[in-house]
Amino acid sequence: MKYYDKLIFELSRKGRTGFSLPASSSDSIGTETLPAVLRRSSAPALPEVSELDVVRHYTNLSQMNFGVDTGFYPLGSCTMKYNPKINEEIASMPAFQGLHPLQAEWTTPGAKAVYEGMDRALAAITGMKHFTFRPCAGAHGELTGLMIIREYHISRGDLKRTRIIVPDSAHGTNPASAAVCGLEIVEVKSNADGLVDVNDLKPLLDDTIAGIMMTNPNTLGLFEKDIRRIAELVHEAGGLLYYDGANMNPLIGMVRPGDMGFDVMHLNLHKSFSTPHGGGGPGSGPVGVCARLVPFLDLCVSGFHGNFGVILRAYAYILMLGKQNVGMCGKLATLGANYIKESLKDLYKLPVSSICKHEFVFDGLVNDGSGEGKEGATTLDVAKRLLDYGYHAPTIYFPLLFHQSIMIEPTETESKETLDGFIEVMRTIAGEAAANPDILHGAPHNTPIGRPDETLAARNPILKYQDGCDC
Amino acid sequence: MAGFPYFPQTDEDIRLMLNRIGVSSLDDLYADVPADYIYKGEYDLQDAMTEQEVRSFFEDLASRNPRLTVFAGSGAYDHYTPSVIPYITQRSEFLTAYTPYQCEISQGTLRYIFEYQSMICTLTGMDVSNASMYDGPTAAAEAMRMAVVSGRKKGTVLLSKTLLPHVRRVVETYSRYYGIKTAYIETLSGQTSADGLKELLCSGDVAGVLVPSVNRYGIIENLTGFADMIHEAKAMFVLYCDPSTLSVLRTPSEWGADVAVGDGQSLGIPLCYGGPYVGFMSCRKEYMRKLPGRIVGQTKDAAGRRSFVLTLQAREQHIRREKATSNICSNESLMALWVTVYMSLMGPEGMKRLNDICFERSHYLYNELLKTGKFREVFPGAPFLKEFVMEPLTSVSGLQKRLYDAGFFGALETEDGYVSFCVTEKRTKEEIDRLVATING
Amino acid sequence: MNKIIEGLKYSETHEWVRVEGNVAVIGVTDFAQKEMGDITYIDCPEVDDELEKGEEFGALESVKASSDLFCPVSGVVIEVNNAVVDSPELVNSDAFANWIIKIEMSNPSELESLMDASAYKALTEK
Repeated sequence: MKYYDKLIFELSRKGRTGFSLPASSSDSIGTETLPAVLRRSSAPALPEVSELDVVRHYTNLSQMNFGVDTGFYPLGSCTMKYNPKINEEIASMPAFQGLHPLQAEWTTPGAKAVYEGMDRALAAITGMKHFTFRPCAGAHGELTGLMIIREYHISRGDLKRTRIIVPDSAHGTNPASAAVCGLEIVEVKSNADGLVDVNDLKPLLDDTIAGIMMTNPNTLGLFEKDIRRIAELVHEAGGLLYYDGANMNPLIGMVRPGDMGFDVMHLNLHKSFSTPHGGGGPGSGPVGVCARLVPFLDLCVSGFHGNFGVILRAYAYILMLGKQNVGMCGKLATLGANYIKESLKDLYKLPVSSICKHEFVFDGLVNDGSGEGKEGATTLDVAKRLLDYGYHAPTIYFPLLFHQSIMIEPTETESKETLDGFIEVMRTIAGEAAANPDILHGAPHNTPIGRPDETLAARNPILKYQDGCDC
Repeated sequence: MAGFPYFPQTDEDIRLMLNRIGVSSLDDLYADVPADYIYKGEYDLQDAMTEQEVRSFFEDLASRNPRLTVFAGSGAYDHYTPSVIPYITQRSEFLTAYTPYQCEISQGTLRYIFEYQSMICTLTGMDVSNASMYDGPTAAAEAMRMAVVSGRKKGTVLLSKTLLPHVRRVVETYSRYYGIKTAYIETLSGQTSADGLKELLCSGDVAGVLVPSVNRYGIIENLTGFADMIHEAKAMFVLYCDPSTLSVLRTPSEWGADVAVGDGQSLGIPLCYGGPYVGFMSCRKEYMRKLPGRIVGQTKDAAGRRSFVLTLQAREQHIRREKATSNICSNESLMALWVTVYMSLMGPEGMKRLNDICFERSHYLYNELLKTGKFREVFPGAPFLKEFVMEPLTSVSGLQKRLYDAGFFGALETEDGYVSFCVTEKRTKEEIDRLVATING
Repeated sequence: MNKIIEGLKYSETHEWVRVEGNVAVIGVTDFAQKEMGDITYIDCPEVDDELEKGEEFGALESVKASSDLFCPVSGVVIEVNNAVVDSPELVNSDAFANWIIKIEMSNPSELESLMDASAYKALTEK
């Protein structure tokens, strides 16, 4: 990667064009004939550049980026698996790209077949009855699922159920989704094994509880063994169980949320089903429900039919997987995570040592090199040093249960050689920290930029390009 | 695993890895799962396909969707996509990257988002833009929540009846569960009624007002006086816009709006049956810290190099958790890149010419349709840009069927029984003439 | 060592109060600013806002954290310190010298429920 310091605006030259449009005819009636009050007073300050300017600029920008095709992402709770190329080809077929979202269903049989096929496949994999595909991301799916839970209680006249239980280890979106769904959050604590504490849960269950949001395996990568008891207790109290599908990957082909008693769930097609993250989206967060909630499934949470292009990619992946390969997906993801954990636990603190699922959490270095006035190496330092060695960093400082969390998830698409390479680098970094933590404090050293001044960015926000402003 | 291209583990790899872990089989890794939860049946999926079979499968599905020439809009517009865009957005460094938390290896993503924010600001005239949202309707719904959060203790938002129906529906859904009351501003001659707005503002409980710039009839609304009225009532003025048209139309800032939202789909994103699109949201500086979603800012690294980071994160869900005023945790990054490349190619001149072509051709169709004698004008003289409605004098379903059989998609029916048509720069004069000939029978 | 000043009143949520007649001058403690790290933004109420004891009146933000401010006494906001709003780093440099808001107290007896310096010291050393 090399540093490239241009913004497209800085390439602009008046009169240069990158578009190809028919010339206006001389007797044409243009937008100038609109009343002046409806027209903008000056043209927008968009760049004026040639096609090659554009191609070269964005190619240069791309070369400052890391992606799955560049290298390994041990990124906990993000499931950065390989994105198959055939999926891209399918999603770009003109007969799909040209469909208008308001076309009548009888004019789009091919699209209908995609939705029906995906509904059947996801129902088979999760044990839910049906899915809605309108949510555009995981957090959007959470919000939709919670709306379904609320609508269920409202439909029964059970209006006081406005509180939802969320474990302290939950993804940050869980409480945020609940809050914007008008629910009050009740936190349930984790026990010493990192699991939801059933004894802590029991007294919380009364007739104001709408349900509980669970991530299973949870964000420590641990299977919530007491899920049967939890489901019984919540259902007896009249609540529903929400399954956060962010961690579904280890269960694919092994365990179905529907069988564990979950009533509502979302999936992240950009995690479990191999669609690309795109630098932060577009994703897709279909929501599945059990039979009794099907009447509440059709909520209007986005403009049209959800992110069809993403759904197509996921469907292509599921067809490749088929019933023959689906059983290996979760197992191989789990194998990789345990392999890394066992290979590093002598150098990184492992707060919970049991078998993990697709991910696990270290709590910082065993020997951070601190002492004699020397600051030890932190989790942030380890993460930044990994960038120097050509790896993406793990998820850090999450979950909040530990101070130095390093959350690692390898996914099933990474080979043993890749994992071995990562393990070796993690061991090298632990050695560097013990010998001279300053190497880590200054990291990264080999990336296009060093650690930027984030305090400056927040204190003096510069959020758009201003001509002539070097700032 | 033998025979599957995405799983690289050989039997020997698996054996060695299990040894290191100290268990004897892959199933042992699930020993903590109660045995009756392990799924023992065969998954009800089809047989695994080869890549070639997958391609044929989708080619078959695709062939079942007849290719139609689109003369419809209503929130999804068939504008031309320059070939540079998919070429750039398919670059794996953009496509397969994660959210740019690790800014040192994500400067590509962060820079194009910064450019995107800058372009949205210049189009809307606003001071600050976020890094994008799911789509236009959800951006509108988020803006309404933002209005209520900023409006302290006030709990009503006003929606114009001239908004596109899918925008209203999404705002309704979000509002229902967050506990926001909605009320509708009446229509007068196909536009938002200023008197209707004034009346509703009197309640004193209005936190925000959502009005379209170009409405569901295709009419460019004249919003003179709206901002003063709304601000006098201490409410937030939110304008729903088609960003493609903003290159020629009076900007949200010029109308005095506080927040501008809309769908970036019209900036060269294919119809793709409704998604992925990209919602945009921009606001005046005063509301910067209330703006939901990711924001990229400029700073420096220790060596003084210009650098970009995700900033103002203290607003967001991963820090504020249940106190966050939005749960959004991603943007539609790749689609933001899509529209950024689009606007770079088009520039101010291309955007202007594009709108002129839409304007000219849609007016041509309008006049030709009137000549058929099968429609009546609904809002004579109302200004429009690329979309308009007419009152059909024949059966709508018959008209739609006839168009469909001739390979057209158009004459979308509105709630009030009108039909709407949209003409983009992609529609040639020949296609327009053929559409009219089809209607003439 | 966290700086604590004798003669001020303290809340459990790390605000300090200096009483000037019927006016309460309110800021955050040295302990609070250290916990936050580099403060990047201070969200404040507006003059004339009425606040209840215990009510949220604003927030401190740093790059990676956000912490709400709670009003230690009831009353009406009569002044906001624009200097700290413009330069939040002042609170990092001296949390006691840089107050955030002034309140005209409606119920000065509420002061009795706040801690004195030694009680607050004990709280922060827990």
